[in-house]
Amino acid sequence: MLRDITLGQYYHADSAIHRLDPRVKLVTTLLFIVSLFIINNFIGYIVAGLFLIFLIKLSKVPFRFIVRGMKAIVFLLVLAVVFNLFLTPGETVFSFWKLTITKEGIRLAAFMAIRLIFLIIGSSLMTLTTTPNQLTDGMEKLLSPLNKLHVPVHEISMMMAIALRFIPILLEETDKIMKAQIARGADFESGNLIKKAKSLVPLLVPLFLSAFRRANDLAMAMEARCYRGGENRTKMKPLLYHKQDAIAYGIAWLYVVFCVYFGRIFTL
Amino acid sequence: MAIILDHVSYVYEKGTAMEMAALKDINLVIPDGQFIGLIGHTGSGKSTLVQHLNGLMNPTSGHIYYNGEDIGEDGFNKKKLRNDVGLVFQYPEHQLFEIDVFSDVCFGPKNMGLSEKEVQLRAYEALKRVGLEDDYFYQSPFDLSGGQKRRVAIAGVLAMKPEVLILDEPTAGLDPKGRDEILDQIATLRKETGITVILVSHSMEDVAKYVDRIIVMNQGSIMYDDEPRKVFRHYRELEEVGLAAPQVTYIMQAFREKGYLVNTDVITIEEAKNEILRVLK
Repeated sequence: MLRDITLGQYYHADSAIHRLDPRVKLVTTLLFIVSLFIINNFIGYIVAGLFLIFLIKLSKVPFRFIVRGMKAIVFLLVLAVVFNLFLTPGETVFSFWKLTITKEGIRLAAFMAIRLIFLIIGSSLMTLTTTPNQLTDGMEKLLSPLNKLHVPVHEISMMMAIALRFIPILLEETDKIMKAQIARGADFESGNLIKKAKSLVPLLVPLFLSAFRRANDLAMAMEARCYRGGENRTKMKPLLYHKQDAIAYGIAWLYVVFCVYFGRIFTL
Repeated sequence: MAIILDHVSYVYEKGTAMEMAALKDINLVIPDGQFIGLIGHTGSGKSTLVQHLNGLMNPTSGHIYYNGEDIGEDGFNKKKLRNDVGLVFQYPEHQLFEIDVFSDVCFGPKNMGLSEKEVQLRAYEALKRVGLEDDYFYQSPFDLSGGQKRRVAIAGVLAMKPEVLILDEPTAGLDPKGRDEILDQIATLRKETGITVILVSHSMEDVAKYVDRIIVMNQGSIMYDDEPRKVFRHYRELEEVGLAAPQVTYIMQAFREKGYLVNTDVITIEEAKNEILRVLK
């Protein structure tokens, strides 16, 4: 049940996307997300969709895996669609009791749904094809100009790396504690809200304790290896751009041009 | 009345690149009252197997019967099953959560819906069984030593009075004294109550002198399933899968190779001593 969360779960495969420099993937994801909000017609979304399908095919990640992350946003998606559908003023198409659906509402709701779905798929694709370490390395390198403004870029990216690293560990831990408490007759499913909240105590107390214990151990292990922050720290695998990365950047920008062209010109 | 496993298989992450068969066609009969050692190297599937026995995991294929009922069937009362088949996980002290030792042990019986009095009686009995002194009862479980925490956690399951007690590596990370104490208490408990005990371990040495039967697992399959003495005869094969027979087995083998006609089927140091003295006389 807890394994459904894909965010921060790397899917190992040997593909062109997996081999790309993480910076390329980060920038492309950002461009893709921005493009989703620039586009305001369906042709633009078809272009975005085709681009996404092309990337998924290239990445060799099974589609099933990518969609698994969608379960988490179903509620948000429904909410956004419903609000847009009923609360957009304009030309009435259908009216029932106090609710009216307008032409503009349908359009907006569809856009919102497409945007959300593409956004999640796009960002899941990045986290599925990039290890958390690469991801934070890329982030650190991209944000390094901020160092001059005394932003602790290295520390932030280290925190992110640790946080991402701990997601699967804590999920596993949760699973284990849950099982142990179920074995002792705990019931996490039935009862009203208050009872359910109370039933979480036997799960949350050990989980927090374990998180603190792990954090302590990790801090100790890092200090034992003389970790003292980012200054003058060199990398075992420094990030370097290769030919494939240049090509990928080219494709990404080409996509943006296409999007702006198709996504803004037509009014469909 | 027993637990029967009929062609049980379990596959992790079925249908993905991480697919891995943890259990492969396991057939077992666990009769009442037996003391069983389940041995296997890390990743051999022993923890997965024991989680099937109380319905925490469901087999990908095959059936498990508890007292003649298929536990995978719709409408089977799993809550009752979990009361009857008590499972103590690895490092059970990491699951303690209450403000004091006594309340933590009460958690299990309380979930069974027993009366307040019965709950407390059972908690008290369980804590006594694991040899914890009264002084500790109202302390925070987090202030206790590792070995004491472990005992409190085991008491938490004992308080449910299971008919089958499964302990997954109950001695992991304990010093030799703590290890012997816990194993002795489990042996005493079994002698006094006659319940079935399944002891999961990767150490032959630990279980050899206690159990009636050893099940050796390797890569998701059962490799040997026999009396300890008979299992240890395969000490060379056991070594190949990363396990070892008790040290006395090796000593007796060495004696034998030197031409002394000792009986190599010994398990405890005491038996080995008597056997060597017998031959040397």
